[in-house]
Amino acid sequence: MVWLLILVPLLAAAVAFAVSSPTLRAWILPAVGLLHLGILLVALAGWRTLPATAWFGLDALGGWVLLVISVLFCICAFYAPAYLALRPERDHRVLSTCLLGFLGLASLLAQARHPGIAWVAMETTTLVTAPLIYFNHNRRSLEATWKYLVIGSVGIALALLGTLFIAYAAHMGGLDEPLQYTRLMENASRLSRPWLRAGFVLTLVGYGTKMGLAPLHTWKPDAYGETPGLVGALLAGGVTSCAFLALLRIYAVVGAAGEGAFARELLVAFGMLSMAWALVFMVRQTDFKRLLAYSSVEHMGILVFGIGIGGLAAKFALFHLAANALVKSVLFLSAGNIHRSYASKQLPFVTGALRRTPVSGWLFLLGFLAITGMPPFAPFLSEFNIASGALSTGHILGGTAFLVLLGGIFLAMSETVVQVVFGTPSTQRVRTPYKDAPATTAPLIVALGLALVLGIWMPRPLQAMLNHAATTVDGGLSARMEVQP
Amino acid sequence: MMPDLLIALTMLSNFSLVATSRVSKAIQFAVFQGVLLGLMPLAMGLGRHFHIVLLAIAAVTVKGWLIPFLFRRALKQVHIQREVDPYIGYTVSLMLCALGTGLSLVLAHNLPLKPGTEYTLLVPASLATLFTGFLLLVSRRKALTQVVGYLVLENGIYLFGLLLVEDMPALVEAGILLDLFVGIFVMGIVINHIRVAFDSTDTRHLAELKD
Repeated sequence: MVWLLILVPLLAAAVAFAVSSPTLRAWILPAVGLLHLGILLVALAGWRTLPATAWFGLDALGGWVLLVISVLFCICAFYAPAYLALRPERDHRVLSTCLLGFLGLASLLAQARHPGIAWVAMETTTLVTAPLIYFNHNRRSLEATWKYLVIGSVGIALALLGTLFIAYAAHMGGLDEPLQYTRLMENASRLSRPWLRAGFVLTLVGYGTKMGLAPLHTWKPDAYGETPGLVGALLAGGVTSCAFLALLRIYAVVGAAGEGAFARELLVAFGMLSMAWALVFMVRQTDFKRLLAYSSVEHMGILVFGIGIGGLAAKFALFHLAANALVKSVLFLSAGNIHRSYASKQLPFVTGALRRTPVSGWLFLLGFLAITGMPPFAPFLSEFNIASGALSTGHILGGTAFLVLLGGIFLAMSETVVQVVFGTPSTQRVRTPYKDAPATTAPLIVALGLALVLGIWMPRPLQAMLNHAATTVDGGLSARMEVQP
Repeated sequence: MMPDLLIALTMLSNFSLVATSRVSKAIQFAVFQGVLLGLMPLAMGLGRHFHIVLLAIAAVTVKGWLIPFLFRRALKQVHIQREVDPYIGYTVSLMLCALGTGLSLVLAHNLPLKPGTEYTLLVPASLATLFTGFLLLVSRRKALTQVVGYLVLENGIYLFGLLLVEDMPALVEAGILLDLFVGIFVMGIVINHIRVAFDSTDTRHLAELKD
């Protein structure tokens, strides 16, 4: 099972590269997406705590993150054939290969039980996703790709140094390889503190760069802005989730070592800064794809803020991973449709999307309402609980700032979204032949539907998995906290 | 003695790296550094471990042969010889590099090492090389020189890894090496696209996207 999840997408990537018919190749994506999701569900039915010596395996946390990525991949994959048919001028051999390669590597990352392997998987996802950003093959996308590659590679190099620091912390404590996460956590008290702290800071900066936490997010608006909505959705919900998972694993080790308070402060600070930074750049943002990129910076901030608060907020931060991925796919894909229809993503040119592309317009509007915390969508549930988690654990200042920032972001985003969606389409601009069709809107409706359902109800096994995942992240920590009040 | 000499040579090559304006020289210094570091485990007397010898061979092959091959190909394509008008001049770069090396020594002095560690120079050398890599990345305009900076950054990390070389899983080390190679390969492809699109590999042209 472990290997099927990794090898099926990787083999499919090779097949996609070899297939010469563009139509056939495009349909490999949804087929493999469904197959991957199916295998994952079977594997998850048997999830368990892994033996400390396992190198690979699916635990609750990895399973949860991979489930989010797999569902997101399916949504994007079902959207892909129709989208790629709209772009016959662009060859999508590399795109399809890299998308499938990403799914295989995400599966490797989610199942890696050793920080070194997780690092290798994360770095490789950077490399396979870089060509995706260059899909449009123009100067702007080239610039975005270069920034993504260089900033991402440097960030991830720092994460490697951090990982080595943590290995050295263990080495000093007389703990030698193989240092699987479980073994590290069980022997966490032996880790050397200065190296562990330095290692955490470096991994936070490194994986934080990949997540796009401010001020390390500078590649993000460029990359998300220049890439097709399809890729943007997968980057915003998939690649970032991978980096978040890699960070959470290290955080759990730091927490188990009793250095949780230090790590939490850093996470809360990074979270607040990301939200505030995103807010500043959202105000009067005229490019609606860049707006979504800043929204992604904001939500990465919410994730680490929630983890930093801990307890209830940490659990709902993990829940927010799913909520954010689903709603972001709606936003990026509908933004892609609107972009197709207007041949522009800039504000004065794009108005009245509700009239010109009613379904995508509505989805964009509803997606915006959902992501900014409108009940009963899933992000409301997580944002509400993260705020109440913060306020009820004495983080009065943090919790209040969190709510104020959410309010400000709603206002800032709404200004742009309202102009895109409402109003009358300008008659002077040439109209492209794009029209909303079921093939380009149905996957989005499903995604929005899932976000709605998750906001109201969650299947019991999924809830158990989420709880267990939250204990993995936060458990070692709270057990320690009781000892040292 | 031998390892300390190699470490000292690595630190010296940092200075040569920031002081040279010829792109091909910078590449040569970075490659030289990579090969030195690849040989380090053998100089440290770890030649008795089979997997370490194998990894040393792999490291020297990748850093001394495959990566220079990629660089040579890229150089041939882009026809550049000199880094013209860097963001930070060579004299200032050299002084910054010296400052960084000094700070690395101070910083490393404050980090505890496992009692009995033989090679106390590894940590400061690693930090100094990291700093040099960063300096090259942010102070140079040519995309190719920035890739050299990335390679030097990785060399710095590799230096630190030498402290753990004896028990680092071979799988992880091999993965890191492979990623380095593929990373530089992909960057080479992108540089070639930049050259075709802009008729130059100066990253100044890459400034269209902003808020």
